Amino acid sequence: MNEAPKRTGRTGPAGARQDVDHERRRFLGTAAGASAVTVAPGVLLHTLASAAPRTEPVTDTHRWGMLIDTAKCASDCSACVEACDRENGLNLQSEPLGEDLAKWQNQRATWIRKVQVQDNASGIVTNLPLMCQHCEHPPCVDVCPTGASFKRADGIVMVDRHICIGCRYCMMACPYKARSFIHEQVDHKLTRAPRGKGCVESCNLCVHRLDAGDISTACTEACATEGHHAIVFGDLNDENGPLRQALRAQPNRQIREDLELNTGIRYAGV
Amino acid sequence: MASAIRKGFLGVLALAGVAFTLAAPSAANADGVGDYIIESSKAATVDSCVEPTEQMRRYHFEMIKHQRDTTVYGGIRGTKHSLSTCINCHAGHDEAGQPIPVNAHGQFCAACHEYASVTVNCFDCHATVPKGESWNQVQAEQHARAMAASGARIAATTAPGRAGDERVGGESE
Repeated sequence: MNEAPKRTGRTGPAGARQDVDHERRRFLGTAAGASAVTVAPGVLLHTLASAAPRTEPVTDTHRWGMLIDTAKCASDCSACVEACDRENGLNLQSEPLGEDLAKWQNQRATWIRKVQVQDNASGIVTNLPLMCQHCEHPPCVDVCPTGASFKRADGIVMVDRHICIGCRYCMMACPYKARSFIHEQVDHKLTRAPRGKGCVESCNLCVHRLDAGDISTACTEACATEGHHAIVFGDLNDENGPLRQALRAQPNRQIREDLELNTGIRYAGV
Repeated sequence: MASAIRKGFLGVLALAGVAFTLAAPSAANADGVGDYIIESSKAATVDSCVEPTEQMRRYHFEMIKHQRDTTVYGGIRGTKHSLSTCINCHAGHDEAGQPIPVNAHGQFCAACHEYASVTVNCFDCHATVPKGESWNQVQAEQHARAMAASGARIAATTAPGRAGDERVGGESE
């Protein structure tokens, strides 16, 4: 396994900073509590509004991300991949007539790949789902000649297929092999997941759910249903949210953190 | 002279033939030219579209094009100009109650576009029947009604995207 030096902004002089953080948190918590009492109706309204479908454009208040605990990821399980396929209509793709099966399996669009890595010295095998890592500095966005590959304000890296010309530079640039190209006209599509010949696509963190105020993804749900609970989805900006709590609870890192892309998807146990 | 009269007569016949061919598709679907609302669609049951009909005829593509950026970049899906809502409302249904693609021959989108000889590529990517919708104006209205009926409590306990969604099943083929 690639043991690159840890250079994330996440770590650092942890002990000292955590003490300060606790003090700050206590103070802010008290302040927030006091204001909640005084403007209780307003606060309540705000909470409801953020749970409902959005009527205002997304902002950088949230940055969506995940923590994937590879120790909990089972080798014989592909529940996340199948759930993603159903959610985003990837299971509706059909093999072109006369296409070689192996070639088709290689070329059909997949948003999540189950990857197995083995450390040759120890023989330890690690399983992990690999998808778009939703980088803060996405290389796919850097190279896109039309601006179709973009990062939404809430950190989700997406493709605007209305202006994608299908050049596939982004597929070359992505270090995670996260993107797929649609080679043929797709007959069956879901309203929530448009898909057409000549465009590139990848994981969008189930953006249609988030826009409807439903803070979840299909893969996270499927993993939990299987009883593995390997994926925690949440807001990287929410100090006390489930994701940040999970990130604090165990050591974790970004894949290819040497590239300093500051990915939104973190892995524990790799 | 006689041949000239015969030519003129043939010309009139040809013109009548052209006129008949042009009139035939509209007669098959609706009363007059441009009136293409499909009887078996939800649109037939409501008084008007999201904007006055004249505006919709003239500017529907501008509305959809504006909306697409709002949705893709801003994540706003519940507004009234979304393509998802167009299809939800304008898709016709067959005898079995199954939705017919809006771009099928004689259906709402295709009927006008064929008549006006317009080629659109919306449906290269977008679904042509209401299937696997995430959130659109229809669901937003249902949600608003549910909110009004049972008070604000519903928002705290139910994830709004789940209501009326086919996500759990039904889309596997």
